[in-house]
Amino acid sequence: MKKQNNDKLKHGFQNLYQKIILASVVIALGAIVLVYFIVDPNLSIFKSDNPQTEIVTLPIEDDDFNKIENGIHVRTGFIEAPGMTETIQNCTNCHSSKLVIQNRMNDERWKSTIKWMQETQNLWDLGENEDVIINYLVTNYPPKKVGRRAVLTDIDWYQLEE
Amino acid sequence: MKRRSFVAKSSLGSLAVLLGVEVVYKELIPKDYRLLALQDTDPFKLFNKDEGMVVLNDKPWNIEAQAHLLDDRVTPNKSIFVRNNGLIPEEIDVENWSLTIDGESVKKKKTYSLTELKSKFKHHTYQLTLECGGNGRSEFDPPAKGNQWTIGAVYCATWTGVRLRDVLEDVGIKDDAVYFGYHAADIHLSRDPTKEPISRGAPMSKALQDETILAFKMNGEDIPLAHGYPLRIIAGGWPASVSGKWLQRISIRNIVHDGTKMTGTAYRVPCKPVAPGEKVADEEMCIIESMPVKSLITYPKSGATLSKGKKLNIRGHAWAGELEVTKMEYSIDFGSTWQSCRVEKPANRLAWQHFSAEVSFPQEGYYEVWAKATDANGVSQPMLLPGWNPKGYLNNACHRIAVKIT
Repeated sequence: MKKQNNDKLKHGFQNLYQKIILASVVIALGAIVLVYFIVDPNLSIFKSDNPQTEIVTLPIEDDDFNKIENGIHVRTGFIEAPGMTETIQNCTNCHSSKLVIQNRMNDERWKSTIKWMQETQNLWDLGENEDVIINYLVTNYPPKKVGRRAVLTDIDWYQLEE
Repeated sequence: MKRRSFVAKSSLGSLAVLLGVEVVYKELIPKDYRLLALQDTDPFKLFNKDEGMVVLNDKPWNIEAQAHLLDDRVTPNKSIFVRNNGLIPEEIDVENWSLTIDGESVKKKKTYSLTELKSKFKHHTYQLTLECGGNGRSEFDPPAKGNQWTIGAVYCATWTGVRLRDVLEDVGIKDDAVYFGYHAADIHLSRDPTKEPISRGAPMSKALQDETILAFKMNGEDIPLAHGYPLRIIAGGWPASVSGKWLQRISIRNIVHDGTKMTGTAYRVPCKPVAPGEKVADEEMCIIESMPVKSLITYPKSGATLSKGKKLNIRGHAWAGELEVTKMEYSIDFGSTWQSCRVEKPANRLAWQHFSAEVSFPQEGYYEVWAKATDANGVSQPMLLPGWNPKGYLNNACHRIAVKIT
């Protein structure tokens, strides 16, 4: 019996305790709303034409920026291989990577192209990166032999209606 | 109207960064917001180009056409190749645009406002063929440095403007004048304001031709920004780089103009023929003048399949720099035999000429239709690549399309 009474009492306290917490929360919320009304009586924060609307910042996708898909650096189109980062950092500031990728040269001609860019296009001294970059280019973009006239390729066949 | 003021009427970001045009309401752009132009760089919308054009380079912009896109007799903007050595000017103030004529060989330097230029001199309209000196570069072996143009860096549009000769007569030119050189508003890739991306020109004999004009209209409208708005010099039949865009100044020189891309190996070929891959010293390189004879089959598009017994109507254009095309032929047997095409007279000197022919095929199978033009001097297009040169200029080898008879 005593245990039962004790339990009852304990239960009563727990009930009271919960009610006190609930009341506190309600009072606290009420207080926040009241304070808000004092600060912002027009409720302007909830109006859609409010110029103070918070801007949700979309993070610049670091992942996309250096994303590699099927061995290709998506943003620049460069083949992922040793020297790619140095090439991106030094060779895509003034012109697009497309200009690099569409050219096929040996190391001597890349060297003279770099020299020309330094003399006329404000390219900086590449230091140790010069060899790294040239090695990357001649390895991944070697000249292809096409002969004096290549075979027609990539023909898109279609039925001609006249 | 300042060119930038209409930007406000178009979608906000579209032209802004790519064209380098000022972003009009930039103070209203929320911090960290990425302009549409940075998210989606669609050059076809940007420059009003056909979606079939091929982007070779996006900084600087270099875009070429395909043969079948050049089928119109007068090329519309949507099929005109874009060639830039530098960045497109960021702000075009057309109201205050002026042209200055200076140099060692002018009697007195003179400046004209654009309005003055248009009102003071007689207007002339010509169809003029412009082809990039490096058109066809992609076929050279060993490969040549630069944008790898295939066949689409050529067109013939209608240009309206005043004759350079009339303006030079008004200015007064000394007897020792040998060359003109242009200066323009485009921006060096390094953004170094002391450097010009390109400043080329031509001998006085070219400057004084009837068809060498200071143009302010292309195909009857303001010149599109990418093609030189608001003023461009047009020297048809010569490498298109002689036709300077965004023209601000012309220097009349008493020496061969020595501006950017006039010296070294730029727009030059070996004075004497060389073996493929041979090294050529700068002083052994000669400036390209008139472009060589060439032609394009613009209809049908390569890859046509037709049933046996049907005849194929082909058509296209032919041009020959300073000269006229006098003969046009086609072959379906890899040059073993040639049949003649009808070829029209040019609309005016330096305009491309239209050809057509009705082709029959003897049996089913794979064919290539090859086209060959011959100029007034009896010089024809080679079937193989012409003489190799270090920068890959002047490839005028015959154009061909693939055809299947089933």
